[in-house]
Amino acid sequence: MHRSSEVKHVASYLNTRGCECFGQPCESHCPVLTDRTIHVQLKTFIKIRVKPDRTGVVTDGVKHSMNPFCEIAVEEAIKLKEKKLVKEVVAVSCGPQQVQETIRTALAMGADRGIHVEVSGKDYETLGPLQVSKIFAALAKKEQADLIILGKQAIDDDCNQTGQMTAALLDWPQGTFASEMTLEADKLKVVREVDGGLETIKIKLPAVVTADLRLNTPRYATLPNIMKAKKKKIANVKPADLGVDVCSRLEVLKVDEPPQRQAGVKVETVDDLVGKLKEAGRV
Amino acid sequence: TPSSCLRPPSPPPTRALTPRTRELPPLPQLAELPELHQMMRQTCRDYAQKELAPIAAQLDKDHKFPAKQVKELGAMGVMAVEVPESLGGAGMDYLAYCLAVEELSRGCASTGVIVSVNNSLYLGPILKFGTEEQKKQWITPFTTGERVGCFALSEPGNGSDAGAASTLAQQEGDEWVLSGTKAWITNCWDASATVVFATTDKSLKHKGISAFLVPMPHPGLSLGKKEDKLGIRASSTANIILEDCHIPLGNMLGERGMGFKIAMQTLDSGRLGIAAQALGIAQAALDCAADYAHKRTAFGAPIGKLQAIQFKLADMALAIESARLLTWRAAMLRDAKKPFTKEAAMAKLAASEAATFVSHQAIQVLGGMGYVTDMPAERHYRDARITEIYEGTSEIQRLVIANNILKEYQQ
Repeated sequence: MHRSSEVKHVASYLNTRGCECFGQPCESHCPVLTDRTIHVQLKTFIKIRVKPDRTGVVTDGVKHSMNPFCEIAVEEAIKLKEKKLVKEVVAVSCGPQQVQETIRTALAMGADRGIHVEVSGKDYETLGPLQVSKIFAALAKKEQADLIILGKQAIDDDCNQTGQMTAALLDWPQGTFASEMTLEADKLKVVREVDGGLETIKIKLPAVVTADLRLNTPRYATLPNIMKAKKKKIANVKPADLGVDVCSRLEVLKVDEPPQRQAGVKVETVDDLVGKLKEAGRV
Repeated sequence: TPSSCLRPPSPPPTRALTPRTRELPPLPQLAELPELHQMMRQTCRDYAQKELAPIAAQLDKDHKFPAKQVKELGAMGVMAVEVPESLGGAGMDYLAYCLAVEELSRGCASTGVIVSVNNSLYLGPILKFGTEEQKKQWITPFTTGERVGCFALSEPGNGSDAGAASTLAQQEGDEWVLSGTKAWITNCWDASATVVFATTDKSLKHKGISAFLVPMPHPGLSLGKKEDKLGIRASSTANIILEDCHIPLGNMLGERGMGFKIAMQTLDSGRLGIAAQALGIAQAALDCAADYAHKRTAFGAPIGKLQAIQFKLADMALAIESARLLTWRAAMLRDAKKPFTKEAAMAKLAASEAATFVSHQAIQVLGGMGYVTDMPAERHYRDARITEIYEGTSEIQRLVIANNILKEYQQ
């Protein structure tokens, strides 16, 4: 089971970006940025173990792969490109060398090029949504992105912050938990899945969208696309080049396993039940 | 006509999102394969896990050809891995193809053999021996998954004894007329074309056999009853009966009398596809057994703690790993255009014997649960058995290996 409190935040973000030319040829390329988080893939056959020093969980030797919500984000970006509504899809990831594998997966799905923002070692261990959104904001300005699509949250830390922070830093409108998005001229109609139901909003580009589960079903990489991905470029960038300080403002005090599940107690009558609940201070 | 055979490519298949899917352990070899092959293997594994494994048992029960999945695999490029992009294929190498077949077979062995027969036995010889015109007509429509092909060499009277083909081909004007019966043809009930081997000059014995391309359906070509098999039941197997079957002269593949050579070379490559299928079946059986060993408790602990089970799992893993390396090596030799006949025979022999051994032991590890259809172990056992028989029996493989060894040591 996913235990958000104990999984170390392993953040790498894949971005692709959108252009506002919708169908008209543009002279300058305007890439689409989609966010994507790589996190520790939770496999129920691998027992997640807390590190002995209780500062996080063990990630050595655990296979990393693309965050499922980020896959949906990349799929949406590629769909926009196939509809000729955007010109270029750029996939971005922050992290150590191994995130290049995930960027390549995005390229194999159809993204045009990749950007690897190199963050490794101690910096990587403390990399969180705030730093990543700063990186994104800087990249968005540099690449002149018009649309950033991210997964709504990473399934290792469940932060659900990066999209919102990025929009705030850029002072862009945001459409989060998107289950549907439609580009209409320079406006984006987003249907959001919220607690109360479905909310439809219209936001102006440039904007940030975070993908929810029902936005689409990601495609399998086809063999020809995997071959083509080999030739696509992945640029290397350091956070310092973007003027971003990846120092964390958070200190992890401790990480623990959740308490062992205790056996329940069987009672004979409803009165007994109420009595037990009162004893436990639940009522 | 060729143009009417061409269809626009179907959209790439999508997959259901299951962020908490129980995934199979990553195989350590992934670190040694080139990145391209790793990605390709992962994509096939994802597909097999999400789209094939959940339906494999039902396909087996219903003896149902997985048409939808074959089309999706076609859209992914998996039905024509080695075919160059100019002809509609994925343009990858044979190692990639072997990886694909293994991963797909891990999900569903029948789908694995359907993919293998189309790639190695049908597209393979046409790619190697066909004219440009034949390639366009007989390859391109068979790369998308919309159509599959088959390979008709065996007859009721000869399997291993391929040189004794009794199917005849006689020239009548500007046509060939084929007559005879072919047996054990995989895919035939679902195929749109076949490569048929027939004797053009009986006096030349095996040097008098030629290869022909026949569309299906076609007047003069009929299919026997679908065989009710022990395993790989989602793939159809039947006789092909040729009675006064007329085909244009241009449908001969390669030169007259070249048929036996074409068959043997095709089978050399085809047996790597079958080795890969056997590996997939074996791996699936090992997955089943190892998982059960963790969960099943007896004598107060998971049975994985017992040495009897541990020794079995070790032997199973060793058999698979050895066969896998042999398969990869043979594939790499073939890709490097080096001789690979002996290695391919070794790979097929090792992999098929590994498949039968591993699936047998997997049932043993599962005990009673291995014998019932609730668990896939029994299906792996049934699917594995054919790998020691088709595309060259284990006995023939031994002869091929021995002949090669003796040649190496010839004075």
